[in-house]
Amino acid sequence: MLLIKNGRVLDPATKTDSTRDILLDGDRVKEIAPEGKISSSADIQVFDASGLIVAPGFIDMHVHLREPGQENSETIESGTLAAARGGFTVVCCMPNTKPVNDNASITRFIVDRAKAHGHVHVWPIGAASIGSKGEDIADIAAMREAGIVAVSDDGKPIATAKLARQVMDYCRSLDLPVIEHAEDVSLAAGAVMREGISSTRLGLPGMPAAAESVCVARDVQIAELTEGRLHIAHLSAKGSLDQVRFAKQQGLHVTCEVTPHHFTLIDEDVTYDSRFKMNPPLAAREDREALLQGLADGTVDAIATDHAPHEPALKDVEFDKAPFGILGFETAIALSLEQLVHTGKLSLMRMVELFTTGPARVLGKERKLVTGAPADLTIFSLDRPWTYNVKDSSSKSRNSPFDGRSFKGGPAATVVSGKLVHSLS
Amino acid sequence: MTHVFRDLLALEPLSAEEITFFLDQSKPFQEIQRHPLKKLATLRGKTIALAFFENSTRTRLSFATAASRLGADTMNLQAEASSLKKGETLLDTANNLNAMKPDCFVMRHSSSGAADFVARHLEIPVVNAGDGTHEHPSQGLLDALTIRDRKGSLENLNVTILGDIAHSRVARSNIHLLGKFGCRFTLCGPAMWVPRELEKIAPGTPVRCVYQVEEGLRDADVIIVLRVQTERLLEPSLSHNDYILLYQLNAARMKLAKPDALILHPGPINRGTEITPEVADGSQSAVLEQVTNGVAVRMAILYLLTTGATEDSHPALGEKT
Repeated sequence: MLLIKNGRVLDPATKTDSTRDILLDGDRVKEIAPEGKISSSADIQVFDASGLIVAPGFIDMHVHLREPGQENSETIESGTLAAARGGFTVVCCMPNTKPVNDNASITRFIVDRAKAHGHVHVWPIGAASIGSKGEDIADIAAMREAGIVAVSDDGKPIATAKLARQVMDYCRSLDLPVIEHAEDVSLAAGAVMREGISSTRLGLPGMPAAAESVCVARDVQIAELTEGRLHIAHLSAKGSLDQVRFAKQQGLHVTCEVTPHHFTLIDEDVTYDSRFKMNPPLAAREDREALLQGLADGTVDAIATDHAPHEPALKDVEFDKAPFGILGFETAIALSLEQLVHTGKLSLMRMVELFTTGPARVLGKERKLVTGAPADLTIFSLDRPWTYNVKDSSSKSRNSPFDGRSFKGGPAATVVSGKLVHSLS
Repeated sequence: MTHVFRDLLALEPLSAEEITFFLDQSKPFQEIQRHPLKKLATLRGKTIALAFFENSTRTRLSFATAASRLGADTMNLQAEASSLKKGETLLDTANNLNAMKPDCFVMRHSSSGAADFVARHLEIPVVNAGDGTHEHPSQGLLDALTIRDRKGSLENLNVTILGDIAHSRVARSNIHLLGKFGCRFTLCGPAMWVPRELEKIAPGTPVRCVYQVEEGLRDADVIIVLRVQTERLLEPSLSHNDYILLYQLNAARMKLAKPDALILHPGPINRGTEITPEVADGSQSAVLEQVTNGVAVRMAILYLLTTGATEDSHPALGEKT
């Protein structure tokens, strides 16, 4: 048994914000009580969380673990260790592995590997179409049996409006959300960053904000048509957010996530360093302002990292030849504190919600700190000074634009199924 | 005041003083171009790597001639012969050339920022001989030298750039350089080649985008005509006939500019497309002077970067071989 003592327990689901001791027994929460009420005994491991925040286990609903197929960049083992060190207890891995997770045997492979070697829970996301090629619908029901929590052709959008309609219709009957990488590929063709003054100055091909929002508009219309559950991945543009807000006002089942890098950096930060290259690309100043507003006002449902490792040999090339994507796990909490909480834009409770009940709701799950709940906890500091050194990362890759950045507060310990999978102390 | 340049990657970060220094240092090398014997011993024993990962005739020959006239040896890499086609990365190729111990790495590449990327990895000076659609600093300097010679000064000129500005590294280098001397820019061409964002790439420099050639040429002191280039276009280009109809620089349109307007073109010219032969060959055209000045400017660049010379020292012009 594990006793987490003296922590400030924050749980959006029960609206708890007070000092509590939490006793975990196996993979379940056994008891939550005011401090000192639970007496320790020889068979109880004690973690002193004095001065720390204790929250339900954080969920990262958008990650790339690269296994199977690109194990030089990441494995389920290395990726989930980085996730644990970043304070995540659940990660949802996108299906764009090699081969694509478009059938139950690949899903089972991922689930089995995660059980054997994973440091945190892995909830796979299945491909919407076979090979994510945008032609025929994948074995979604079989993958659901094997453990997927959503479908997506992430890395690219669901190719056509017709297929999006079919997938949303079908997934409504299976009660699965459809996660959309919203991008009009014709508007984005050849682009390596957001179109704007910076791309023009750097001479790098840019994609306009409309490359994303045009596709969001299409999908919101399809969500209305099908009454399906639509979730917009890594939303970056103000125009896209406005449409999600409108869809929510209409009562549609439309949700969205935002990444820490999109609410922290903008296109003006881009240099010829490929660590600033990701898709969707860093957006304009006014987009970032809109995202911060959306995170505060409830339009945004989740913070997700889009953790996208690429081995150094792939990233250490000309900017336009580098693959899209950056690491995300280990800096997500610190960036959220820095950009959202320390600035006073969001309450700490709201930030925790964006990592817990928010993504859980999108995925049709519950995240709640009560007796009998999963013994998954994220414990973090609000004020510990530290510096992120990517060379010390547990990921197999090094592609982070935040290398060397100093933070105030960050992950302190991570509990998965009643076990400390990461602890600074 | 002394100036030390590690690399020459872009003109944007340079000050007006630093640019003036480059131009002043080019003057003695302009003299050399008029001598019957043009070869110096200034860089004897030095080796210049000329790494052209993208096709180039004029710029490559200009740098090679500049190196030769300074007495340096050159190592040549051209895209066709390179190992890039065999899958080697740019970094590996650069490191391999560097292992042959050149003293300076001159490179052209089709990716914006490629020279910046290589410079981060090499200890020796890197000269950007054109990177994608970003900058072409030696072209910007030779254009400025040509304008300064003809106009007497770079200050406060009305400069019109005509053509595909969006995909032009020459335009960006010109805007950054001449903008530091108070020049005002009019960028003229079809809308998809003249995005509004160009008005803000050089804060402090007045830049306006116009789509009518008559408006673009009015009161121009300098007209820089760009080549209509098909190799770097990512989107369907304007039809050839429409371009000629709307934007070709011809004698009638020249009347809209100032009577003494100077015409520059970075070459190679598509005669009869962006410019008519009579204008290209007329007295207001400085096209061939640009080419001559290009050698002088590149001699100054190679001299300054490989020797670390400062304003206090001067090239050993007397040492002919």
